[in-house]
Amino acid sequence: MIGNGMAGVACLENILKLPNDLDITVFGDETYPNYNRIMLSSVLAGEREADNLTINGIDWYQKNRIGLRLGVRITAIDRKKRIIRGDDGSVTEYDKLIIATGSSPVIPAIEGIGKSNVFTFRTLDDTRGMIAAAREGARAVVIGGGILGLEAARGLQLRGCEVTVVQLKDSLMNRQLDATASGHLRDKIEQLGIQVLAGRTAAAIQGDNTATALTFTNGEVIPADIIIIAAGIQPNAWLGRDAGLACNRGIIVNGHMQTSDPRIYALGECTEFNGETWGLIAPLHEQGRVLAAVITGHPTEPFQSSAAAAKLKITGLDVFSAGEYLESEGTGVVKYEDAPLGIYKKLLIRNNRLVGVVLVGDDSDSSRYMNWFRNNTDLLVRRKNLLFPEPVSDRGEVVAEIADAETVCGCLGVTKAQIIQAIHEKGVNSLVRLKETTRASTGCGSCTGTCQSLLKAVAPDFEADGNRVLCQCVPYSDDHLRGMIRTQRLRSVQEVLDIYGDGQGCEVCKPALSYLVDVVWAGDHNEDPSARFINDRVHANIQKDGTFSVIPRIRGGVTSPVQLRKIAEVAEKYNVRMVKITGSQRIDLLGVQKQDLPKIWEDLGMPSGQAYTKGVRMVKTCVGTQFCRFGVKDAIAAGIELEKRFENLYTPHKTKMAVAGCPRNCSEATVKDIGLVGQEGSWQVVVGGAAGKSVRKADLLVTVVSTEEALEAAALFFQYYRENANYLERSYDFVQRLGMEKIRKDTVYAQPPVRKGLLQRLQKAKMLAKDAWLDRYDKSHRGQFVQIEPAGRLQ
Amino acid sequence: MSWVRITGTASFPLRQGRKVVIQEHELAVFNLGNGKYAAVDNACPHRGGPLCDGIVTGDTVVCPLHGWKTDLETGHVVKPDICVRTLRYEVQVEDGMLSIKLPAAASLY
Ligand code: SRM
Ligand SMILES: Cc1cc2nc3c(=O)[nH]c(=O)nc-3n(C[C@H](O)[C@H](O)[C@H](O)COP(=O)(O)OP(=O)(O)OC[C@H]3O[C@@H](n4cnc5c(N)ncnc54)[C@H](O)[C@@H]3O)c2cc1C
Ligand code: SF4
Ligand code: FES
Repeated sequence: MIGNGMAGVACLENILKLPNDLDITVFGDETYPNYNRIMLSSVLAGEREADNLTINGIDWYQKNRIGLRLGVRITAIDRKKRIIRGDDGSVTEYDKLIIATGSSPVIPAIEGIGKSNVFTFRTLDDTRGMIAAAREGARAVVIGGGILGLEAARGLQLRGCEVTVVQLKDSLMNRQLDATASGHLRDKIEQLGIQVLAGRTAAAIQGDNTATALTFTNGEVIPADIIIIAAGIQPNAWLGRDAGLACNRGIIVNGHMQTSDPRIYALGECTEFNGETWGLIAPLHEQGRVLAAVITGHPTEPFQSSAAAAKLKITGLDVFSAGEYLESEGTGVVKYEDAPLGIYKKLLIRNNRLVGVVLVGDDSDSSRYMNWFRNNTDLLVRRKNLLFPEPVSDRGEVVAEIADAETVCGCLGVTKAQIIQAIHEKGVNSLVRLKETTRASTGCGSCTGTCQSLLKAVAPDFEADGNRVLCQCVPYSDDHLRGMIRTQRLRSVQEVLDIYGDGQGCEVCKPALSYLVDVVWAGDHNEDPSARFINDRVHANIQKDGTFSVIPRIRGGVTSPVQLRKIAEVAEKYNVRMVKITGSQRIDLLGVQKQDLPKIWEDLGMPSGQAYTKGVRMVKTCVGTQFCRFGVKDAIAAGIELEKRFENLYTPHKTKMAVAGCPRNCSEATVKDIGLVGQEGSWQVVVGGAAGKSVRKADLLVTVVSTEEALEAAALFFQYYRENANYLERSYDFVQRLGMEKIRKDTVYAQPPVRKGLLQRLQKAKMLAKDAWLDRYDKSHRGQFVQIEPAGRLQ
Repeated sequence: MSWVRITGTASFPLRQGRKVVIQEHELAVFNLGNGKYAAVDNACPHRGGPLCDGIVTGDTVVCPLHGWKTDLETGHVVKPDICVRTLRYEVQVEDGMLSIKLPAAASLY
């Protein structure tokens, strides 16, 4: 197979499912194993790590005994000798050949295009190049106002560039949208702060080795530090053409994916079938299924082209289009438009069948329309309710209408039957796990609704993770909100409430959003005390009578006579009602007046123990090797170090930790959110334990030799929990929801760059974090502790 | 009936409450945004929780102790659905100075 891209490898996956005796070798000119090209936009937008795109890693090729040659470009096919030649000088024989070379960006005839800061947007390397070039304040010009161009524009803008999109035609996405839809899209793009120049033709790029400006045919000049070419794609058909295969725009194939040479097959964006070429993945999966059957000698229905859906992958901006998009004779039009909100919906109907759909501003019903498409549903009985669904009597109905063999996720070619199989056989019960096991819904995301409904209808213990919305004021899930906060660059609670919520918020969402903006920006956000629970405004725990409690940090539970003396003095000086040893090896001063708090902190001279907040509480330790005759690890030293590394940070719910010097576990590490249990020659790092409302033994995360490794494993889990748990989700719920297997894969067993990323973000947050009790020196904060008395006299 | 000058509005940060003590009587005064202020007794009708420490949600405040929600425009508890209320006082702002109107018959004087 020539080409190691999405269509080709999807075909290989299908071949592996069928009995065959093929000996397969794949050539790919990119240096990466097979990856999810669709997600490059999310990588550029910073929503996903570049290292997380792999669909099948090297081990998959090895396990299935597929020969893999990466970084090798095939330069010629010799059909007589039945060999292909590589640019590394290699010559490889074939009995059967598959061409799956995809397509390449169209390079328009613009003078001076080969400069170092001019990019196309097709591969992972292109994307990495763009990310490296994007700087805060750089001026980026994107040539092309199609999906790819707009996604590139938004990605660069999120990386701090000032972006202009140049479009040859008058309207954006003119291959998917009519003029009205395109107008709404343009408004929204401009609202995001991206400039749009339509109806211009680029003529020349100025600058020596690097571009500095772009000139148009009308003489206009705009400055440019980065230029992106996104002016369309053309099939990579030249290999076939040079070898004398019948070609047009693409390599011509029949319904069995055969080219004009019966030993040579082709699939993917390099092909042409019935005069059609492709730029979206869904139909290519169908090609892969057909070819897999043909090449392994199994009977199959020939390939038929079907309508593919295009979805703009810009968070917060819904644009969806499938099938036809322009009115024509004999086509009925059903429309809805709310111009002030920029919502536009259009259905095109012929013979009571849906032939096209365009949605801007709200694509929440897209899966319903896609079902009608796929099933060729007779819409006669629904003609009164095409745009707005009838109130559902049977929630399972939509799902029941999909046939088992039908593809639900077009991007990754996952059928309904495969999803149901995953639910039944692998116990999948949430969207997160469905994505993990089947990859459904990891492409453009337009099938998410259908996947949710399927899970709801089929999984006995369905968990609506993606569906759990924070509250009525901001009806989105934590995950969704994190995405919006990051991509829309919202740095305060009120901004989120103004843009995505009811502008007011409630006692549930305000503290939750406070946490989310904090963690997304690693502490670099605009703190709004009014969105915090009183405990977090005054850094103390409110009690039943309105007084407060003070628990200073006593790291690892180790104190000293000096410290104890100070605590005793403070207790007397401020008439503290009770001094109590807490259940967490610390000391609590109870019944304190609010206005005394800053003075008490000052007198104590100790940092806050954060006993009042959703944050890092304590690390409980046992005496370990320092004193205990059974100790095998220095639990005190490790515990104090652990506490120092994480203290002052906020977490989705409180985080309690412990370190034990041997498996006797005197500090109860196995019922803590994070625990380190010393063993002869190693540490066990355990997570997700609890001994509160319910009791749960912690799960083993990993066993490591050195203390430093144990602390790092703890840090990986800690940051992962901070970034991925829902607000108010304790680690014991979090590990059960995600499963330890996934957690290990994403933390201790993750690729080095992923691990590094987690640790770096933790470090950044830690650098900006400070002891909350130092707020006493902060002028703006003083008002929290005063009680106001009248200035004027009473009459 | 009399107006009492309290203090400059700068002491009342946006969407927060502050405790104002007038002759041992505690009021909770809120800055609701858009130049709107409200004053109520600083005692939640549930079990006397300090309303000044609650989270402001629009024109309501949520008591920090057990989450009862009081409408600051009327003084009525709106969550749970129960027919109790706390006393409200009129507030006015002149030249940046906030004053509260105390009822003549109020027992505190
Ligand atoms: C002071 C202390 C009790 C004591 O006198 O020892 C305490 C006091 C409170 N605990 Fe606790 N917990 C204290 C140790 C614990 C422990 C034991 C431990 O930490 O090892 C547990 C079990 C472990 C755990 O956290 O799972 C514990 C499980 C809880 C829970 C149940 C959590 C759960 O999900 O199961 C709550 C309620 C909650 O968080 O939702 C809670 C909530 C509370 C609150 C904060 C309730 C509240 O919101 O006002 C109590 C504050 C009382 C007050 O007026 O100040 N407290 N609480 C302990 C403070 C420890 C410290 O130094 O920080
Ligand atoms: C940024 C971006 C966003 C996208 N978003 C979406 C989306 O939301 N929805 C959607 O449906 N589609 C989307 N697409 C399109 C989708 O990625 C393609 O349809 C799909 O990848 C096509 O698969 P393919 O195998 O035909 O081509 P490719 O995935 O491009 O694979 C072809 C491979 O062959 C290699 N190759 C080419 N010539 C040779 C040679 N001579 N020797 C060796 N190797 C060679 C290429 O380098 C490439 O790795 C997007 C594409 C991009 C770039
Ligand atoms: S167990 Fe904890 S929450 Fe319950 S009364 Fe005791 S201190 Fe309060
Ligand atoms: S005292 Fe206010 S809710 Fe209980």
